[in-house]
Formats: sequence, C-alpha cells, structure tokens
Amino acid sequence: MFDYETLKLVWWVLIGVLLIGFALTDGFDMGAMALMPFVGKTDNERRVAINTIAPHWDGNQVWFITAGGALFAAWPLVYAVAFSGLYWAMLLVLFALFCRPVGFDYRSKLENTRWRSAWDWALFVGGAVPALVFGVAFGNLFLGLPFQLDGMMRSSYHGSFFALLNPFALLCGVVSLSMLCTHGGAWLMLRTEGDLAARSRRATYLSALVFLVGFLLAGSWLALGIKGMSLASVVDTGAALNPLNKQVLADNAGWLGNYSRYPLTLGAPVLGVIGALLAILASTWRRAGLAFAGSSLMIVGAICTAGFALFPFVFPSSLDTASSLTVWDAVSSHKTLGIMFVVACIFVPIILLYTLWSYIRMWGTLNDSSIEANPHGLY
Amino acid sequence: MISESVVDLSRLQFAMTAMYHFIFVPLTLGLAFLLAIMESVYVMTGKQVYKDMVKFWGKLFGINFALGVTTGLTMEFQFGTNWAYYSHYVGDIFGAPLAIEGLMAFFLESTFIGLFFFGWDRLSKLQHLTVTWLVAIGSNLSALWILIANGWMQNPVGAEFNFETMRMELTDFGALLFNPVAQVKFVHTVAAGYVTGSIFVLAISSYYLLKKRDLGFARRSFAIASAFGLASILSVIVLGDESGYEIGDVQKTKLAAIEAEWDTHPAPAGFTLFGLPNQDEQRTDYAVKIPYALGLIATRSLDKEVKGIKDLLIEHEARIRTGMTAYELLERLRGGDKSATTLAAFNEVKNDLGYGLLLKKYTPNVVDASEAQIKQAALDTIPNVFSLFWTFRIMVACGFLMLALFACAFWASAKKNEESKPWLLKWALWSLPLPWIAAQTGWYVAEHGRQPWSIGEVLPTHLSTSSLSAGDVWGSLIALIAFYSLLLVVEMYLMIKFARLGPSSLHSGRYHFEQQQPAQA
Repeated sequence: MFDYETLKLVWWVLIGVLLIGFALTDGFDMGAMALMPFVGKTDNERRVAINTIAPHWDGNQVWFITAGGALFAAWPLVYAVAFSGLYWAMLLVLFALFCRPVGFDYRSKLENTRWRSAWDWALFVGGAVPALVFGVAFGNLFLGLPFQLDGMMRSSYHGSFFALLNPFALLCGVVSLSMLCTHGGAWLMLRTEGDLAARSRRATYLSALVFLVGFLLAGSWLALGIKGMSLASVVDTGAALNPLNKQVLADNAGWLGNYSRYPLTLGAPVLGVIGALLAILASTWRRAGLAFAGSSLMIVGAICTAGFALFPFVFPSSLDTASSLTVWDAVSSHKTLGIMFVVACIFVPIILLYTLWSYIRMWGTLNDSSIEANPHGLY
Repeated sequence: MISESVVDLSRLQFAMTAMYHFIFVPLTLGLAFLLAIMESVYVMTGKQVYKDMVKFWGKLFGINFALGVTTGLTMEFQFGTNWAYYSHYVGDIFGAPLAIEGLMAFFLESTFIGLFFFGWDRLSKLQHLTVTWLVAIGSNLSALWILIANGWMQNPVGAEFNFETMRMELTDFGALLFNPVAQVKFVHTVAAGYVTGSIFVLAISSYYLLKKRDLGFARRSFAIASAFGLASILSVIVLGDESGYEIGDVQKTKLAAIEAEWDTHPAPAGFTLFGLPNQDEQRTDYAVKIPYALGLIATRSLDKEVKGIKDLLIEHEARIRTGMTAYELLERLRGGDKSATTLAAFNEVKNDLGYGLLLKKYTPNVVDASEAQIKQAALDTIPNVFSLFWTFRIMVACGFLMLALFACAFWASAKKNEESKPWLLKWALWSLPLPWIAAQTGWYVAEHGRQPWSIGEVLPTHLSTSSLSAGDVWGSLIALIAFYSLLLVVEMYLMIKFARLGPSSLHSGRYHFEQQQPAQA
C-alpha cells in the first residue's frame, strides 16, 4: 500500500495525534482534578467538579493507554528504552494514575469527611503529577538521556531519577502542568456555575499566563543554550535499519534546524502563543467556550512545537549519540506499520463518533442542586 | 550478563501484578454480561425490579471495575519498564494486539461505561440497553486481543527472526489472529469470567435468601445467575483449553508436566489422579492412575501418544546444540559477513536460535558452553512438575464443584424451591472463592508451564528483562505490594459493605433496610 518510508512518517504523525488526543481529552480531566481542591471549597462544589468529568474520564484515559499501546506496536525500541530507562519517573506516573479510577468511584460512596478529603487529594495527585512528569520527560528529551544500546540491542541506562529534575526540564514540567490546568479550568468554566465557575475562571487566567511565560522562556532557552542533534550520515529511510549504524552530530542549531528548513512548522509555536492569549482574554471576558478553544489550540501548538523540533529524533541519547532513536530506525517492520495503519484508519473515526455522541448526551452545566437531586447515583 | 536476582524479582513482580489484576478482570467479564441480560429482561418486561437489579449489581460492578482499570494500567507499563528486552525483541508482533485492544475494545468499554452509570436519565430505555451491551462486548473484545497476545507467547506463529534489526518480525497477521492456542484460550477464559460473575451473583443472592430479605430481588438474581452459570461452567469444562496442548512444543511440554508424564507411554496413556511428582528422580511417587483417560482427554483419540518428559529432554538437548550453531552464525551476520552462504546456513537453523539463547544464562558467548552447561540448559526446559501437577488438579476440582453447584441451583430455581433448601444457599455462599481459586491456579498452569520461555521456543525469560538493578526492582515491588494491599482493603471494605446493604443501597425506599429505618442515610 504505502512504502516503508511513508509509513514511518505516518506513524510519527499518528503517535503525535494520539498524544494530542490524550492531552485534549484526558488533559482537561487531569487539569480539572489538579485544580479541584482549590476551586471547590465545599463538598458539593467538589462533587460538581468531579461529576463534570464522571462519565468521561475513563474513555479519556484510553487515549493515554492507546498511545502507550501504539508506542509498543509502532516504536517498540522507544517503548522499551524509554519505559525502562525512566523507570522511577514512569512508576511515579503509574502510582499517580492509580489514584484516579478508585478515587472517582470510591470518594462519594461514604459520607465521612476525612475519607472524602483524602480521595480529593488523591485525585489531585492523579491529575497534577502526570501532567508535571510528562513535561519533565519532554524537557529531558531535548537534553538527551544517558542510555546506550549494545550489539544485541539491549539498552542500559546510566542516569538517576533526580538527574531528570534539572532546571530546563522542570521549566518544561511547569509548562505542561500549567497547560493542562488551563484546559481543566476552561472545562470547569464551561460545565459549572456560580462560585465554582468564577474561581475556575481565575485559575484558567492564571494558568494560561504561567504557560505563556514558561513557553516563551523554554523556547528562548532552547534557541540560546541547548545543543541539538542532527543526522550526520544520510540514512536509507526506506530500509529496515540497525540504529547503531548511523552518525549523529551534536550542534548548536540542532533543535531549531527544522524551523529554518521548513518555515511552515513555525506555525506550531505561533499557535501555542495565540492559544494562550486567547485563553487569557476569553477568561477575562467570561467566555468559557472561547477559553476552551484557546487551551485546546495551546495544547496542539505546544506538542507540535516539541515534535517538530526533535524530528527525526524521538529519544536522543546524551551518552552515545549513535544510540539515539529516530523515526527511521526505532520502528516496527513495514508489515506491522501497514496493518496498524489500516486498523487506525478504521477505528479512530468510529471512536471519535461515539465519543462525540457520549459528550453530547451528557452535556449541560452542573450545580449544587444536580448533586442534591441524586446524591447516591453520582460520584 | 543479567543478574539472576533481577530476573527473579521481575518475574515475581509480573506474576504478582498480573494475578492481582486477574482478581478483578473475570468478575468484570461475567458481571457485564449478567447486567446486559438483566437489563434486557427489564426492557422486555418493564418490571422495575429488573432495573433495580441492574443498578445494584452495577454498583458492585463499579467498585470492582475501578480496581480492574487501576491494576490494568500496571500491565500496560510493565512490559516497557521491567521487560524492555522482551518489548524490543517481540514488540513488532506483540505490540499490535495490545494497540488494537486499545482502539477496538478499551475505547468502547470505557466510553460507554460512563454512560452506563450516569446516562439513566439522559438516554432512552433502548439506548441505555445498547450501552450496557456495548460495555459487555467491549470488555470481552479486550479479553480477545490480550489472549491473542498471550496465545502468541505460548505458540509464536506467523513471525520470523530478522538479524538486521535483531528481533522477531511479523510475517503473517492472519496466523497471529487465528492462532489455535489463542482461540481456545479466549473461549476458556471468558467463559471462566462468566462463571465468576454468576457465582458472585448466586452467592450474594443466597445470602439475602438465607437472611430472608428482599426475596423477590434475590430470587430473580439467583435464577439468572444459576442459568447463565450452568451454561458457562459447561463451556469452561467442555471447551477447556486442554485441546490446545497438542500444538507447539511449549504446550506439549506443559501437558507432560501437568500430567507428570515422565515416559512416553503407548497410546492411549493413563491419567494420574493423584501422585507426588519427584523432578530430581524423574518419577511420580504414590501415583494413582486411571487407564486410558489421559490419552483420551489430551489427544481426543485412542492412537496418538502423549510425549513424555524424558523424550522431550532429548529433543530439547538436540535443539540447544543446533541453537549454538545458529548463534554462531548470527554473530557472523551481525559482524558484517552477510554472504549468501552464511545467510542460507543461518536460515537453516534459525528456528533453534531461541534454544541457543537458553545457554546465555550460563555463558555469555553461548558457543563455548560446556557439556554440563548444555545438559543443565536442557533440564531448564522442563518447568516445575510438582506445582503444575497440583495447581492443575486444584483448578479442575474447583470447576467440577461449581458444575455440581450450578446444576443443583438451576434445578432448584426451575422448581422455585431454593428458599426451602438452606444447605444449597449455604453451599452457594461458601462457594464464592472457587472461581478465583480456579482462575489463579489456571493462570499459574498457563504461565509457569511456559517457563523457561517468555516467548515459547524463541526468547528465554532470563533474557527478557530490563537492565535494572535489583534495588530498583525491590523498590517497585515493595511499593506495589504496599499500595495494592491498601487498595484491596479499601475495595473489600466497600464491596462487603454494599453487598450486605443489598438493594437498599439504591435509596429507592423499596428495600429491606429502608422499610425498617426510613431515616437511614
């Protein structure tokens, strides 16, 4: 159907689509839960916040799970190297995610105040920690990670968890946390009323502002202070490759090279900035829908900005640059990529349709009286 | 070389998290269908009690489902975090069903489960019924894809080794999909899930009947559970995955170990009902045998023989020696000698490369293995016979106990006299743990029986791990045990609380506790 090179590119795009899908959907429920203990002052307000996402969080989370599965199927080497190398960061995300399914379902099953407040903080952790860690991980990609592959393609990692927490990566963590908080805040503006909506509006405004400053700062830092990478030798992008048979250059223009080579890609960072400005303005104008559109643009812009900068790299190595994983050599076989592409083409549109239907069915604003009308049926 | 303790700890962690996950999965599989059946009856008859049944059992379903999702996340992460070399080596094939599972099954199940719980007032009766069925179908589809992945670990068809990329690659997607081992596993596993859901409803309904509470509600639940359960346990037993043991070397070895068949007996072989397998001496002490039975069960014929462990060992040793040649040729290919003769010679023996890799445990160079090391590696190809022999028998015993229970329960329910049989109700209540014991021992048989392979005949378990330190894995193992224990306590507390409360927990005012204490919260 498609040649191998095209399919490799297609899968780079598809992984990006899944990541964006995850951030757009699961992103707002993580953001909303990261804000929930602060914007919800009473038990009813917190329940309102939780119940805006009650019918959707599980479906949203599948974007994340499927992105993981797609990574395994399309880029097995990336899945293997990243998950084992970033062992404690991954476990941190995992344990934070543990808090969500049980937190949502168990929180309101008992009346006890301490029980409920404990689960509220668990849900906060389940929203804030992954949002932060994903940003930190992305930040570290730009710096390269200390791993190398041996002749059997076994990866060994020579860094520690705490080395991941360097200033640039932490800044990226702040960017991604504030990004998802903006999105979650805009979602709460859309779906709630009264004090809760007003506090969510302030949170959206503040988060978008932090995002804008952080995003611009990280961009400048990347342009001025971080060495990038580029492929030194011409690789046969249409063949099955041994990742170690390539040469990689570390140079100052590395991560910005694509932006001068393909100026259209500059649209991504511009979109990120426009989205943030839109979210800021819309939250001062009390326009919830516009703020949500703004935060969505921000997310698309920010993720594309990172992806375009790194291309064709997806998991660079600081220890042994030849071990760096790229879209050309860390991928599955031609056959697997082809089959998985067909499967994605069939199912993604179906998924989008029924997801949309479920949102339409459950749409509407919630308030204290919606909780009081059905205290035992809702979360 | 990889340290043995990392391998053992990683195996322990995987076994623990997988078995823990499978406490919740079978109940989800079974209850989802029971809910769909109950709701279908509600839509057809319009009787409120059936809607209450869906809502109440749905509440317990939700408590269970939350932990199923939670513990499922670990499985998604764990191949990458702890089994990185495995992920690289077979991700090209193994990753595909997992990704398809997400696209085809998880999205369906997870999107509609939200509407199942919160859509009662937003959807028409028929729409809600459709949603419930889609949840049930979604959960069963996810079982299908994960068992296609697992079936491939037992019997890796449709794939070939590629020396350039140093991994297995997909050659035939159809073979992966229609792997006979995967097909029988799927039927066996989902039917076992239906049994679990049925026992759950049957046992808790029996508790209400014993307490003489909410009789109409309990009686109807009991009836549906006994009928669905009887059909399911029959499927589990009749379509038991015994038939899958003919295919592939790993399955043959597993069968020989389960049955402690040390020698190849002339067909049809006898079935050892009781015995104490002694692996060092390669014999079974105090064996009690039923003549002909094993041959009939395992090969479904009178003339095919079941190969014994001693003969399998001889075969495996020969394959290890061929595997050493394959490894030597692979080294040459990776070293740059891609001449046609080397390639042809490698292709000749590459199916035994996995057997050669078994030697990596003893010598990193494989080709310089001593005779003693080769013998030892051959002995490694036989999993622990004693534990397989007994876990298998425990599983089967649980299955037959449940068959008897469902038969009696169905009979009593059809005669409408279950309430006058307290012995039956108590039996049903105390049978609650049986499906879980059967499921856990069954998975032990399936997965321990696959050792020493993570992918049968292709990749040894001890090569499959990540390059982690023992401290890392100790840390994650302890953290998981602590967190999982805490979650289990919370889950059991809620489950028991709501099961005891019964349909009164719906606060509809129609059930037992609300009629006595109208002020109860």
